[in-house]
Amino acid sequence: MIEQVAEPLQQQGFAKVVLELEVNNHPGVMSHICNLFARRAFNVEGILCMPMSDASRSRIWLLVFEDQRLDQMVLQVEKLVDVLSVRRHGAEHEVFERLEKYFH
Amino acid sequence: MMQMNGAELIVRLLERQGIRTIAGIPGGAILPLYDALSGSDIIRHVLARHEQGAGFMAQGMARVSGRPEVCFASSGPGATNLVTAIADARLDSIPMVAITGQVPLSMIGTDAFQEVDIYGMTVPITKHNFLVRSAAELLEVIPQAFRIAMSGRPGPVLVDVPKDVQNQIVSFEAYPEPVVPDPVPVLDMAAIETAARMIDQAERPVLYLGGGVVHSGASRLAVTLAEQAGLPTTMTLMALGTMPVDHPLSIGMLGMHAARYTNFVLEESDLLICVGARFDDRAIGKAAQFCPNAQIIHIDIDPAELHKIKTAHVAINGDVATVLEALLPRVKQSLRKRWLSHVDSLKSRFPMAMPGRDNPRTHYGLVHAVAAALDDEVVIATDVGQHQMWVAQAYPFRRPRQWLTSGGLGTMGFGVPAAIGAALSEPDRTVVCFTGDGSFKMNIQELATLAEEGLNVKIVLMNNNSLGLVYQQQNLFYGKRVFASKYRGEPDFLKIAEGFGIAAVDLDSSPNPRATLAQALQSRGPCLIHASISREEFVYPMVPPGAANTEMIGG
Repeated sequence: MIEQVAEPLQQQGFAKVVLELEVNNHPGVMSHICNLFARRAFNVEGILCMPMSDASRSRIWLLVFEDQRLDQMVLQVEKLVDVLSVRRHGAEHEVFERLEKYFH
Repeated sequence: MMQMNGAELIVRLLERQGIRTIAGIPGGAILPLYDALSGSDIIRHVLARHEQGAGFMAQGMARVSGRPEVCFASSGPGATNLVTAIADARLDSIPMVAITGQVPLSMIGTDAFQEVDIYGMTVPITKHNFLVRSAAELLEVIPQAFRIAMSGRPGPVLVDVPKDVQNQIVSFEAYPEPVVPDPVPVLDMAAIETAARMIDQAERPVLYLGGGVVHSGASRLAVTLAEQAGLPTTMTLMALGTMPVDHPLSIGMLGMHAARYTNFVLEESDLLICVGARFDDRAIGKAAQFCPNAQIIHIDIDPAELHKIKTAHVAINGDVATVLEALLPRVKQSLRKRWLSHVDSLKSRFPMAMPGRDNPRTHYGLVHAVAAALDDEVVIATDVGQHQMWVAQAYPFRRPRQWLTSGGLGTMGFGVPAAIGAALSEPDRTVVCFTGDGSFKMNIQELATLAEEGLNVKIVLMNNNSLGLVYQQQNLFYGKRVFASKYRGEPDFLKIAEGFGIAAVDLDSSPNPRATLAQALQSRGPCLIHASISREEFVYPMVPPGAANTEMIGG
């Protein structure tokens, strides 16, 4: 009897979700966030990050698929010390749409 | 106005935070910090022989005290050697602050001598980590590291300090205050009312305690809840000792190496009250078939654990002790005679079989003989493997923080340095480290540290000259194709101990092993107690990996 390893989840076909994160602005924050998604084999379709007006914080926009692991994923993101808040938006959010012209 | 360099500032902040012992190994990139530490009258340094040993010593101190403890390592290989001990602390939620030296800021990214990106490497295995960029930052970072390590679900924090930051002069008005844990989450009283009602209405409830009960200091409250509501109580590997093993409501450890009746009781339960546990696969077997008829109340301080493996009917995010305090006055007194007598009948029909328990030359008998020679003040550490499971099954644990074991990561080599850490923290206790010959060799160099410190650590070596749990799995699940699990060479452990300057006794050659054992355990100072165990003794019962908990083999 050997443990059965589940097939990796196919993410295509799920609806897309836009996550809006407010984070502390210092080197290493992006690596904490990207590492978290990567080590859980959770694909990030799009990522955008800029400092906010007071420069001590940044806002990160993530475009991800809404598969059944997303709730757990968000809980894990919220546990990161440098993540101050996480908001969920539908795929209709314009932040990535307006960038599409740069990706043709 | 105070003025000092970064290294001195770190030492002062550690002193102010209450740190009294640090385990570590110096090296080029952390020498300024060691220079500052040499001037401390308050902190004692314990020189480990391998950084992994230093990490596990800090863990041993933290596991018995419940407070974050500290280890030091230099850059490069010093830092990478800490990685296993940090990952181990993460999986068992042990508060720890690891401080590493780093090459100077200007040389980071140049592949400098002994440079490694330990910050990047420890992102997935720490609760949080820091790369310090100026000495002034230390005023913020060191207190934050402790606050994070001890707040909520405890865990390890790494602080990487470049050598020039250690040497940089910083001026400041006042030291930051020592930190305390963050306030615990506010309780959802409606959920607690619902949980109380569910407990009152359940016919076949089971209380399932995890390591969170230990971390929260809630074992007395958990036992009170069990007594008040008549709840048979099972414990995970991490929670052993939270309810005394001989308590009438204890049904022992659950999971892969549980007694048969324990897993059968869980199978029949209609309500599972999970307190500070996380439905680990070694505890619950195949998740879909675990407690198939039970509703679930899940209490945990980490919101990400709720609904992670099993969806809870009532999920309560909170500190276990605070939640239990709120729950207790709302739960009715209940004798639950029918369910408890059924549990008793399962227990007498499917008990824990311990062949040889009266013979100290067998594995169970040896564990019992050790317990018989000592009282409940003793601390028991283990390594990882068959001996660990035999001790978990057979040792009569009666208090929390009595039991130190690598549960989540399952790190061979944990035992000896963790036992040293426990003895450093509580030098008046006897600390017994059960180990196997495979595990023992993985941090055997720490015998030198043990001899130097003269600590009251007794190492009980159960020697079958093999990687016993691998040998067992190959026999049971790989068609008896035994490969790479039997050692061909056979070191003389008595001579090894002697070589390190540690007393040793051999139970094999003793005409009265019980007396030899008792004498070794009761005389002060370090001692190796060697006992051969047959390679053909397996850990039973056993749930095959990936199977449901009711599909046990043996026992």
